[in-house]
Amino acid sequence: MDILTRSRTKSPWLLHYSCGSCNGCDIEILAALTPLYDVERFGIVNMGNPKHADVLLVTGPANWRNYRVLRNIYDQMPEPKLVVVVGVCGSTGGVFDKCPNTLGGIDTVIPVDVYIPGCAARPEAIIDGVVLALGKLEAYGT
Amino acid sequence: MSSGWIIASVIIAVIVVPLVAGLLSGIDRKLTAHMQGRIGPPIIQPFYDIIKLLGKKPMVAGQAQLVFAWAFVGLTVTAVVLLALRQDLVLTLLVFFFGSVCLPLGALSVKSPYSQYGGHRELLQLLALEPILLLSAIPVSLKVGSFLIADIFAHGQPLLPSLWITFAVLLIPVALVMRKSPFDIAGSEHAHQELVRGVLTEYSGPYLALVEVGHWYAKIFVLSILGLFWVVGSLWWLSVIIALGGWFIVLIVDNVTSRLTWSWMVKFAWGCGITLITLNSVLIHLGWM
Repeated sequence: MDILTRSRTKSPWLLHYSCGSCNGCDIEILAALTPLYDVERFGIVNMGNPKHADVLLVTGPANWRNYRVLRNIYDQMPEPKLVVVVGVCGSTGGVFDKCPNTLGGIDTVIPVDVYIPGCAARPEAIIDGVVLALGKLEAYGT
Repeated sequence: MSSGWIIASVIIAVIVVPLVAGLLSGIDRKLTAHMQGRIGPPIIQPFYDIIKLLGKKPMVAGQAQLVFAWAFVGLTVTAVVLLALRQDLVLTLLVFFFGSVCLPLGALSVKSPYSQYGGHRELLQLLALEPILLLSAIPVSLKVGSFLIADIFAHGQPLLPSLWITFAVLLIPVALVMRKSPFDIAGSEHAHQELVRGVLTEYSGPYLALVEVGHWYAKIFVLSILGLFWVVGSLWWLSVIIALGGWFIVLIVDNVTSRLTWSWMVKFAWGCGITLITLNSVLIHLGWM
């Protein structure tokens, strides 16, 4: 593994966006970021800024009110970037599937790299999902 | 100084300083993690971050911002080189201030409201720290008889016993430059959040890496100023210990305090700083210290 790829996998900065989930998965994401799980061990830092972020964590189903915001945030992240969907609503639409006000899963709006199932997803599963997504960076090249 | 010594000083200031500063930043994150009961990232984590940022696709909000980012780094490096060459203390500080102002100017040159807020807050930080840093040159010159850093080295006696008040006050600008609580109002290190990323909001990818390396130079610059308080002959490691001691106090303060408002910051820095430095100068003038 060359030094650039190694640095990328060692320093994923997260951005968290909720597409209107029930907040269950959001709470689990915040739980994963607390000192208890100490994700800074892996170089993971929570960023409030899409321009600094490498990994976009999205919760909740894509809907007509905020799919533009989601796409805008995604476009503001510089390459290489990863999208990790947390929870079943973001993965497939979940209980909101075929509701008239939703579009379905997040992959109807932006490309998704990893789906983390669960209602809500556990913090351990979220950390595992982000680490799994980092494996895709090795294929990105320099 | 001989020409060989000058070239060695410049090489150390330009190449060795960022390596040391990066490691120091890594140790800072590790120590902070341990103070919070965590394991923390590896010590070379800051280098991973910088290399990753350099490999990201450049996205530029405005060309003017790039000019200011380069000016920030260039002038900060110049200040470190002037310090290494033992030039005039006041001149060195003014070059450093000019460099520091370039960062908020870059943030103010784009339209993003978060970047604008961050830029204004960074200017307030500079308003709080610059008078103290500049005034601290006065008690030093009263003791040494000159503003030249070379004369501090030639003085032969450590400054700390008579200038400990000024040394204590200088920890405020050190904390401000290191973006540590309770002064981190314009965008702090690590996982603290404030107005997206404050003054750094619109710098991204390789340009964020550039600004970060400039920040490393700035950190080493202020820590070296602390080190000047104990330079005696060839015992250079004592200055390093003094500087690291100040750095460690700032770390502890960062971990036991939370962020406060900008008005408190300016009042505290000016009230405490200017009063105590004036007191120190008067005491030295009267020959009591």
